[in-house]
Amino acid sequence: MEITINHYILLSFLLFAIGCFGVITRKNLIIVLMSLELMLNAANLAFVSFSRFYNDNTGQVFMLMSLVVAACEVAVGLALVVSIYHNKQTINIDVLKLLKG
Amino acid sequence: MDTILFYFFASAALASSIVVVVHRNPVGSIVALVLTLFTTSVLYIMLSAQFVAVVQVLVYAGAIMVLFMFTVMFLILRDESLNFDAQNVPLKVSLVLAVLLITGMFVQNVIIGSSNAGKLASLSVSEDFGSIEQVGTSIFTDYILPFELTSVLILIAIIGVIVISKRSTD
Repeated sequence: MEITINHYILLSFLLFAIGCFGVITRKNLIIVLMSLELMLNAANLAFVSFSRFYNDNTGQVFMLMSLVVAACEVAVGLALVVSIYHNKQTINIDVLKLLKG
Repeated sequence: MDTILFYFFASAALASSIVVVVHRNPVGSIVALVLTLFTTSVLYIMLSAQFVAVVQVLVYAGAIMVLFMFTVMFLILRDESLNFDAQNVPLKVSLVLAVLLITGMFVQNVIIGSSNAGKLASLSVSEDFGSIEQVGTSIFTDYILPFELTSVLILIAIIGVIVISKRSTD
């Protein structure tokens, strides 16, 4: 059986779903951020798959943009995690329910 | 050969991503996430996108994972309350599955179509597809404006991180 574009898109969907499951079930803020990375990675896989499918490197260009967005998001997110930990001594997202700093 | 490689690396990616989500120790999650990113990079090479694969390893597995590891080592996580929220898991799983099925049906019917024409090995691909030259030319001619706006985004992220992590002088 030959590999089609559908295989790659299905894999991308499954990775996205696993990441989404991690985001909504875990309590550890760092694991939530990692699951978010997993979802972005799945979207990147879909970008590159369609780029190959249509023989057009626009998908790869925007995959690089998405990579930059992921890097920025992780930097800001982890800085927030460290800041929250210094203030509250926890990163359990069920405890962090106050909007007031 | 391609089929075997695809199934091997796809199943490795799926298994390691499941480990990322369910692992108890954050360091184990980070190692599994590195494995996921490496296997995805191999899939990029199989999609003949070599430059993107190298950038994936450099940026994700090199920079972002070091940042995660640093943060996990920096915080002392002795909390035992950070495991699963077991009471609502079936509801959440069904929510994820519903979203997945709806999106999957949309893609199957609208974008790809029901035909079997997507066989990647038989699709024509230009000679230097995925090389640095072609991707770079595309970035610096057609998509120069989004590329420059990306630098603005990085600048904002740098300033934001500095402001957030600056200790208050009280």
